[in-house]
Amino acid sequence: MQIQNTLSKGKEIYKDNISSRNRAEKIFNILLLFSVLFGLLMLTVLLIDIAVEGFSWVRPELFENYHSRKPENAGMKSAIAGSLIVIGLTGLFSFPIGVGAAIYLEEYAPQNKLTGFINLNINNLAGVPSIVYGMLGLVVFGRMFDLFKEGSFLVEFLKIPIESGAIGGWNFNLFGLPWLEIHLPFGRSMVAGALTMTLLILPVVIIAAREAIRAVPPSIREGGYALGTTKWHVIKSLVLPIAFPGILTGMILSLSRAIGETAPLIIMGAFTYVPFLPKSVWDQFTVIPIQIYNWITLPQTEYRVHLAAAGILVLLLILFLMNGIAIYLRKKYEIKW
Amino acid sequence: MNLVSNIQSYSINFHENATIIRANQLNIFYSGKLVVENFSLQVPKNKITALIGPSGCGKSTVIRSFNRMNDIIPGFSLQGEIKYQGKNIYSSLEDPVRIRRQIGMVFQKPNPFPKSIYENVAFGARINKYQGNLDELVEYSLIQAALWDEVKDKLKESAYALSGGQQQRLCIARAIAISPDILLMDEPASALDPIATLKIEELMWELKEKYTIVVVTHNMQQASRVSDYTAFMSLDREKIDARVGVLIEFDETTKLFTNPKLKETEDYITGRFG
Ligand SMILES: Nc1ncnc2c1ncn2[C@@H]1O[C@H](COP(=O)(O)OP(=O)(O)O)[C@@H](O)[C@H]1O
Ligand SMILES: [Mg+2]
Repeated sequence: MQIQNTLSKGKEIYKDNISSRNRAEKIFNILLLFSVLFGLLMLTVLLIDIAVEGFSWVRPELFENYHSRKPENAGMKSAIAGSLIVIGLTGLFSFPIGVGAAIYLEEYAPQNKLTGFINLNINNLAGVPSIVYGMLGLVVFGRMFDLFKEGSFLVEFLKIPIESGAIGGWNFNLFGLPWLEIHLPFGRSMVAGALTMTLLILPVVIIAAREAIRAVPPSIREGGYALGTTKWHVIKSLVLPIAFPGILTGMILSLSRAIGETAPLIIMGAFTYVPFLPKSVWDQFTVIPIQIYNWITLPQTEYRVHLAAAGILVLLLILFLMNGIAIYLRKKYEIKW
Repeated sequence: MNLVSNIQSYSINFHENATIIRANQLNIFYSGKLVVENFSLQVPKNKITALIGPSGCGKSTVIRSFNRMNDIIPGFSLQGEIKYQGKNIYSSLEDPVRIRRQIGMVFQKPNPFPKSIYENVAFGARINKYQGNLDELVEYSLIQAALWDEVKDKLKESAYALSGGQQQRLCIARAIAISPDILLMDEPASALDPIATLKIEELMWELKEKYTIVVVTHNMQQASRVSDYTAFMSLDREKIDARVGVLIEFDETTKLFTNPKLKETEDYITGRFG
């Protein structure tokens, strides 16, 4: 009876609140717009400030010269070369390892405690401060636990011919091929720097690649299996091509993070003053953010303000280029469903 | 647990030579939970066998076990045996890849690969090392799937440029391009409009000459239109809370629809289910 009564009232029992709901909608819209504008405004102020201070200092000398005691002549040729080579190597190392790990974890890993533990820790590793990776890289790649130091038990035991000096340790050619030169430990070389950067970005690369792989519809895999296809073939010829744009985007975005990193490379032993271009990946190096940091610590305004700003502009330019490439590749390989 | 169902069922048998798949007392589980119990069925060669029944009674589960597609679902397990070419396909000696190569499958939702029309059809042929002329195979398969005339001028275009019905026929072309023995179809027309559905049904009639077809459908008119034999599955009424699928009746389609042996079948086909 009660229910009958309530229902029989029909429309009257609703209070018309559409106009107040519309108002809430408008207020919310304005708040959202404000948060977007706040971010954009800050970024614009920053960019304008840097451009004003540094634009006229982005001149040929910046790319042609090394650091100089005269600001008019100072450039960052070796830092640009160092950054590009280190990032290139980092990409080379982290792509196969990251994609391989992602494929294993998504497609092959059994659902057990160990896998769960690994998953949890990959996410944790993505949040570890970069300086920690620098320390890890120094011990593992830079010094290799002092295993190849004169007098270490390994050197004594295997009678390894150890060289002293700047590129000390054990130098040899893998398989006797002249271009497959190996130096142990990796020391303060670009290889050591790139491997450290690889550690740093690997968690993010793996997470991005896993997400891209997981986004491949199960129906596509089923279609592959139903044709008598092995698991590896399904992964190789169906899953990976579909996941590729996503993997690539994650990869390039991680690399753009790596190119701005300073701390781990300083810990690793990257130099602040490198007045030559590297001849091989085993050479010492510096990178753009270290060069910028170096200039900022100098007293003269030309270094501290103008050259540093010019360096930041170059770094930003490289970043925008990389993101542009990411967008281009994404569009190019994107699958139209 | 008493795994042998007490429910009444009716089934027919064929001569050994006329049977292509023989499922014997299957119990199928997902993560330890029984979903299909004591399922036995003989699938006749070069005929269309329809599998009907209410949603959730395990039709997909059964048809996917015929080519071991369920192996890729975590938690799947199966007791009993499925005999094909004299061997139990679930024996540990059998390679699921080889079985799926001979027993193809078409799914409910068209699932062409994000490649060109041509590459979709050629995909299976390439992996299975087709020795002949690939262009001819693609053309032949598309003709068989009644799609050639609609796509012959745009073979290099993406499969996703096709309509849903065309995509499903492309999936059929893709499946028959590797000359399977058997074609399993899990509600192949349920995502399509009536005209596209009719085309698929006509196509099944044509394909019957060369292949054995097992088709799941929830559409009884479709079952009665296209199939030679029909198996009716339902949930075991004695354990309705456990939701266990069982085979109720298997017979020639005309007999099952005009003169069902069991009341449960009659209730279902006359729409008095539930
Ligand atoms: N991957 C799965 N994991 C667990 N349970 C499943 C899975 N697939 C289906 N089931 C269950 O198995 C039963 C039968 O499902 P299904 O074979 O899809 O039925 P139908 O195709 O007849 O609608 C349902 O109760 C469903 O919930
Ligand atoms: Mg189903």
